Amino acid sequence: MSEFEPKIIGFLCNWCSYAGADLAGVSRMQYASNIRVVRVMCSGRIDPIIPLEVLMRGADGVIVLGCHPADCHYVEGNLHEERKIKMLKKLLALTGLEPERLRLDWVSASEGQRFAQIVTEFTCQIKKLGPSPVSGKAPNQKILENLQAAKNAASDFRLRVLVGRERELTEKCNVYEEKMPQDEFDSLLDEVVEAEFVRQKIHLLTQTEPLSVKALAEATELKPAAVLKQIVSMRRRNMITVDHVEGTTPLYRALEVG
Amino acid sequence: MSENRKPRIGVFVCHCGVNIGAVVNVPEVVEYAKTLPNVAYAESNLYTCSSEGLSKIKEAIKKYDLTQVVVASCTPRTHEPVFRGACEEAGLNKYLFHMANIREHCSWVHAKEPKKATQKAKEIVKMAVARAALLEPQTEPEIDIQPSALVIGGGVSGMSAAASLARQGFAVHLVEKEKTLGGKLNDLYKLCPIDKLSSEILEEFVQAVRSNPNVTLHTSSTVKNVEGFVGNFKATLDHKGKEETIDVGTIIVATGADVLKPDGMYCYGKCKNVITQFELERLMKENELKTLKNVVMIQCAGAREGKEGGRNYCSRICCATAVKNALEIKELYPSAEVAVLYRDMQTYGKDFEEYYQKAREKYVQFIRFDRDDPPEVIAKPRGKCTVKVHDILINDILELDADLVVLSTPLVQIEEAKELSKMLRVPLGADGFFFEAHVKLRPVDFATDGIFVCGTAHSPKTIPESIAQAYASASRAGIPMAMKHVRTEAITSIVDEDLCTGCGTCVKLCPYNAIRKDEFGIARVNDVLCKGCGVCAASCPEKAITMRHFSDKQVLAEATATLGGS
Repeated sequence: MSEFEPKIIGFLCNWCSYAGADLAGVSRMQYASNIRVVRVMCSGRIDPIIPLEVLMRGADGVIVLGCHPADCHYVEGNLHEERKIKMLKKLLALTGLEPERLRLDWVSASEGQRFAQIVTEFTCQIKKLGPSPVSGKAPNQKILENLQAAKNAASDFRLRVLVGRERELTEKCNVYEEKMPQDEFDSLLDEVVEAEFVRQKIHLLTQTEPLSVKALAEATELKPAAVLKQIVSMRRRNMITVDHVEGTTPLYRALEVG
Repeated sequence: MSENRKPRIGVFVCHCGVNIGAVVNVPEVVEYAKTLPNVAYAESNLYTCSSEGLSKIKEAIKKYDLTQVVVASCTPRTHEPVFRGACEEAGLNKYLFHMANIREHCSWVHAKEPKKATQKAKEIVKMAVARAALLEPQTEPEIDIQPSALVIGGGVSGMSAAASLARQGFAVHLVEKEKTLGGKLNDLYKLCPIDKLSSEILEEFVQAVRSNPNVTLHTSSTVKNVEGFVGNFKATLDHKGKEETIDVGTIIVATGADVLKPDGMYCYGKCKNVITQFELERLMKENELKTLKNVVMIQCAGAREGKEGGRNYCSRICCATAVKNALEIKELYPSAEVAVLYRDMQTYGKDFEEYYQKAREKYVQFIRFDRDDPPEVIAKPRGKCTVKVHDILINDILELDADLVVLSTPLVQIEEAKELSKMLRVPLGADGFFFEAHVKLRPVDFATDGIFVCGTAHSPKTIPESIAQAYASASRAGIPMAMKHVRTEAITSIVDEDLCTGCGTCVKLCPYNAIRKDEFGIARVNDVLCKGCGVCAASCPEKAITMRHFSDKQVLAEATATLGGS
């Protein structure tokens, strides 16, 4: 069998990292040929659902490259992206897909060498990780399902608003002139990421057939109490309903959201 | 509607002479392109950007009724405008064009792996075609330009820019925070390499500004707020607590720089005979310099620090300044010994090398030290100092007596710059100076249309360089004002009113204040202010925002074209 050649998708901002990649070309630097580049105006353009979709489609690695902090063409789009990637990595950790398959880094327009180095390094790293478990002819269904749940969570209002407001909450003040310490925000984010992921997972699972708390607990590898806690809040948000009761066990069914 | 037609994409694969053709098997890529969905026509060209190549694109658009065009060649950063132009000439909206970079990102970087490079080129083309199929025509908004400019800063750069614009016939508002014009030139003694008094030069600049009726002077004034966009800025000026609003079409930032006060370095602040070059200028100007026997100058004091978060840039003017002032001291006190302790002597620029030679002829000593082993200034009684330095050229430690130690400290960004950067929505670089749109392609523009930069606000530079840059910025600012109207990029965001819940996340995130909530609480984008970064679209909690020309669908189509799955 020939050597594993990973598929890597790179999102490069037009002003710094794409120009850095151009410079690597002009300087004839040789690097691994696995990366496929998509040019966007700013790294901040990369909605969390974009890397998730790309990974679901079987990419072995996704790399987002932007301008160095303080050099962003759009003031601080790169820093906004950093917050999104931080959230995404937390989500990925829950799916069973290695978070190392996603990387964010900075390359300036003058750093052709750095671009070549990062690409080579990342390619090596992905080669070591091996093919993505959701690529190829027999993708791991469980991880694929988890990725779908992660994508749904990343599309959901609660997580998006939290990431979108991180800077405001931690650096500026809210309407009550309160500032949130960064570590407090981070643990809140952990909590929300996990809760949203579990809810979306439950939602996905109960779309095909009504399931009991016990069955859901097995499928999500959580304690029944933890599942029930999410079901309660999902019912409040009209995401789920009791389909029917078997004996004394209620079976839940997902509701269309939106 | 024509855009609902099934796409008919034309693909043009460039050999770029041997640049692509010698590595990538171009005919194979062309044949492959023909098999891709929606591709109606594909060909190769020796040079697609040549006039022959461009006419081939134009012919093919007509002959094959193409709806989108893909050129697989070099980087869009340099050649996209050329191909877009050809499309427009053939009646195709320029946003229906997409480029596949198979040179900088392929043939040049995988020169030793022609097979892999060919495979990559095919995939790059496949991705480009997938995106192209989803491209839509866009209209660039046209806006009127008010033929007047605001120049912020009345130093040599600001005055040069203002005078230049005024001579072009535009009304100019020149704002200076101090009572008098001139900025740092007011404090300098003689200017090198002409050995002319700063005050004489200054007089000419002030005259040029004052005598031109197109210039309105606002001294003792600051800019308090700026709203609007290219052609239609509204600036609020503050003159001693009194506010005035002016309408201008363009803005030039010429706010200059400060000189670093090296508190704590080399006994500065502790010993009164340790001063900066800037303070020395002042002493010479006021004729207050006492008789000197031994002078030691220390270069790069607080510059080129080479540490994370430090002032790592070269201030560029200090070498020449030190040489000039060393010569000046020799002139005033011929028996004085002057030693310049340096890390790298770089008297770059016209006539400056000769200046350095002259200093050597006059026996100014140049002693080289290492960044990690800087000289030490030891304060002695009666204001005397001893400077201990490891001369790395003779590898010996020298002890120099000094009755004056002059520190060459770098220019640093002014304190108000941060606020101004926020007000104008223009970035500062890591070194704190204003950051241009592109170091080579747009060196005096900001990414924000209609705002330009010149002088030491942008980076430390000499007076001739500042003046040249000021003229450049005046000329750039003159373009939209002479055109009277401009078109801006169509890459902007659109809000789906039905989905928007008015949460305001985008309003807070937009770096250009381009999004406001209307009376119904729905986010509205000002197309002219929007620069198309897409942060709002990527963050909108309801996914109600789409980017023109970079929609999720278009980006994903390109990113997933070569992947499997759903």
